[in-house]
Amino acid sequence: MIAFRDEVAQKHSIDLRVHTNTEAIARGIDPFTATSASYTHAMKTEGLRRALDAGGFDAVIGGARRDEEKSRAKERIFSFRTRGHGWDPRRQRPELWNLYNARVNPGESVRVFPLSNWTELDVWTYIQCLQIPVVDLYFARPRPVVVRSGALIVVDDDRFALRPGERPTQRVVRFRTLGCYPLTGAVDSTAATVNEIVDELRGSRSSERQGRLIDYDEPSAMERKKREGYF
Amino acid sequence: MIAYSEGEAKPQSVLSVLTCGSVDDGKSTLLGRLFLDTGAILPDQMRELSSGIAGDVIDVSRLFDGLEAEREQGITIDVSYRRFATPHRIFRLLDAPGHEQYTRNMATAASGASAALLLVDVRKGIGPQTIRHAAICDLFGVEELVLVVNKMDLVEWSEMPFRRLVSDFRTKFEGRIQFRSFSAIPVSALTGDNVVNASLRMPWWRGRSLLSHLEQVAPAAGRAEQAFRMPVQLVEKLSGSRHYLGTVGSGTVRTGEVVNLLPSGRQVAIKTVSGPNGPIDKATSGDAIVLELEDELDLQRGDVITSIERPATCARAIRARIVWFGEAPLIPERIYFLRIGTQLSTGAITRINHRIDLASGERVAARSLSQNEIADCDVTTASEIVFDSFRNNPTLGSFIIIDRATYDTVGAGVIDGQLSRAGNLFSPDFGIDKNKRAILKAHSPAVVWLTGLSGSGKSTIANEVEKLLWAANCHTILLDGDNLRQGLNRDLSFTDADRVENIRRIGEVSKLMLDAGLIVICSFISPFGAERRMVRELVDDNEFIEVFVKTPLDICIERDPKGLYARALAGQIESFTGLTSAYEEPTQPDLVLDTVANDAVSLANTIVGELKRRGIVA
Repeated sequence: MIAFRDEVAQKHSIDLRVHTNTEAIARGIDPFTATSASYTHAMKTEGLRRALDAGGFDAVIGGARRDEEKSRAKERIFSFRTRGHGWDPRRQRPELWNLYNARVNPGESVRVFPLSNWTELDVWTYIQCLQIPVVDLYFARPRPVVVRSGALIVVDDDRFALRPGERPTQRVVRFRTLGCYPLTGAVDSTAATVNEIVDELRGSRSSERQGRLIDYDEPSAMERKKREGYF
Repeated sequence: MIAYSEGEAKPQSVLSVLTCGSVDDGKSTLLGRLFLDTGAILPDQMRELSSGIAGDVIDVSRLFDGLEAEREQGITIDVSYRRFATPHRIFRLLDAPGHEQYTRNMATAASGASAALLLVDVRKGIGPQTIRHAAICDLFGVEELVLVVNKMDLVEWSEMPFRRLVSDFRTKFEGRIQFRSFSAIPVSALTGDNVVNASLRMPWWRGRSLLSHLEQVAPAAGRAEQAFRMPVQLVEKLSGSRHYLGTVGSGTVRTGEVVNLLPSGRQVAIKTVSGPNGPIDKATSGDAIVLELEDELDLQRGDVITSIERPATCARAIRARIVWFGEAPLIPERIYFLRIGTQLSTGAITRINHRIDLASGERVAARSLSQNEIADCDVTTASEIVFDSFRNNPTLGSFIIIDRATYDTVGAGVIDGQLSRAGNLFSPDFGIDKNKRAILKAHSPAVVWLTGLSGSGKSTIANEVEKLLWAANCHTILLDGDNLRQGLNRDLSFTDADRVENIRRIGEVSKLMLDAGLIVICSFISPFGAERRMVRELVDDNEFIEVFVKTPLDICIERDPKGLYARALAGQIESFTGLTSAYEEPTQPDLVLDTVANDAVSLANTIVGELKRRGIVA
């Protein structure tokens, strides 16, 4: 995923700036040992907040969609954030027609989600129409997998410590969503091309973020993360 | 948005359906029934709902109510957006909150819907929330209203209560409501009668079930058939030529076509139309495009490119209907930002013609508007705006109202038309006052009063403040010792009595300039608290900003830019503030500036920041 990102940036001469919460890494936080909640908070929420503060950015564009998760379904396209990047879902600005209010006071910001009303199928249909390259992890391949907390975790990294009784088995899987490794589960699938993914989604009977363990690490997990500044 | 139906490659129209109505009239149950009976709940979502089963109906409010506070309190706070499909149509459901408190969120949903299901409990009848929601749907152009008369099981499926309720609704809105289509359907969301499947228990009902009615609703009238409008979003100079970027709001534009530019009124031919992959012959509503014109004209963001045959209107006075969302009431003459298309203007509601009484649906007189009220108003803007009536063209017919201090969206409205006669603009009982003059400017009037010792840095900071404000299109005047002592006040000396008279005259001059709508920047030693208070009392509370330029005396003596301290210390000047005459430090200044730690430009920015915080400048 990282290699793909760097390739895209290079191909289009994009000024790619990468921010890592080095302080948290220095503290010894690690996705293989920390709980999913504390890892996500340190590396994603805190990391993002710091990167935004460092750049003084007052608007950030993201690809989140309303069909992904139920608290996202409630979010505005121009989603206002307080000083400190908090989301207050009880006091969202009204958002009428396509008249967006992007005005903020110093320190405040907006997260902008232009694809809010797209669905997972819309995205794949668009990729299909415009032949947009995507990361190979989205396509079904035989991969070594263990089942942990009900999720299919792909074991393709030396850092992954097997628990007693866990033995990786080969399984044909793909990812519908890409998040932190190893906090994102794969799904059983044989869809190895974009066309096959589109066909698969037309008949899909589960929601996309079912593979994201961080959505389930506590009740209202996504909303709480967003209130703290998570994308 | 692209939409494809399940198992079919052909794009289908998506119908946006709002569900609204008063709390407890059965919205959540209805959605549950719709989702359940059409098989739209996915297995992993069903697992999450397993604890919410009541009788044989699943409580899908747990799926829609995505916020913690909503689930804790068992209420809907904000809109949720969900899609579901039947073999005939894709629906985008917008589930709106029923509580009055969250009307702003219901209005958000209504602005994006083309059909609305207005739920009402057959036993309770038409309440204020039913009227409010119907009025908002009407206001924001929802074309199809379905009055869903729910809980028919609780009146033994009888026809009379249903007929009575529908006739009551019609009476309340007779002649006032403009939905393209109105229908009423009796249902029981709890049992599912008439929701997805036709009811066997209401043989008197010959109409369709709710779902099959929605499948038949004609798609929203296309914006493609309306007159061409493109609000200019951005102007870019690329390889020496100007490019005008924007999204086509309505209609179609073709290469070579002559178009109208507003507000200038100039006409020019289109040289090229380009889409994401280069030049195209024509573009239509919803397309994001780049235009090049035959003549390079000075268009800017907010200007509008329109068809020649049917141009938009330019004016400064319009009639509009608005919904107020602000916690603070709407007060006529107060200045707000108005956003119409890509235009950002300043303006005020100059008159409330009437508001809608939500108990009766009647029009009543009003002086101000509270949160969630709906009214018909006159609006005056600082500069000409380009608009259409909402009925003719929603692209330039709708606007939002933004508070100038908090930047919250405090209201939204639709335009009914231009105020025709000049007499409508300012009714005889209104004179031209400070607020009227201020409407012409991009800011509100204010007095910025800098006080401090000689050499403290007042004038340097005042000059920087004026430069910043000038650059922000604000109309200012700088008053200081240099321009007043030599003219108006040249008969005054530096005795205590004359110092008081000096400040009194300055205060009166400031007040006149404030009445003219200006931002008055005053830079005077003004050593006495009583005189500063006197000036403050001449003007309104929010208009006076006392800035204490706090520089220690020894630093002022060291700086001594005009050599005055040297002369005073040598005994050549009598009564010199700080040495031989007192300086009373302000006890409660609005700002205190430290000139030792900060430079003049950053301190000037602090002052401008305070003006922004108060909503005086944008």
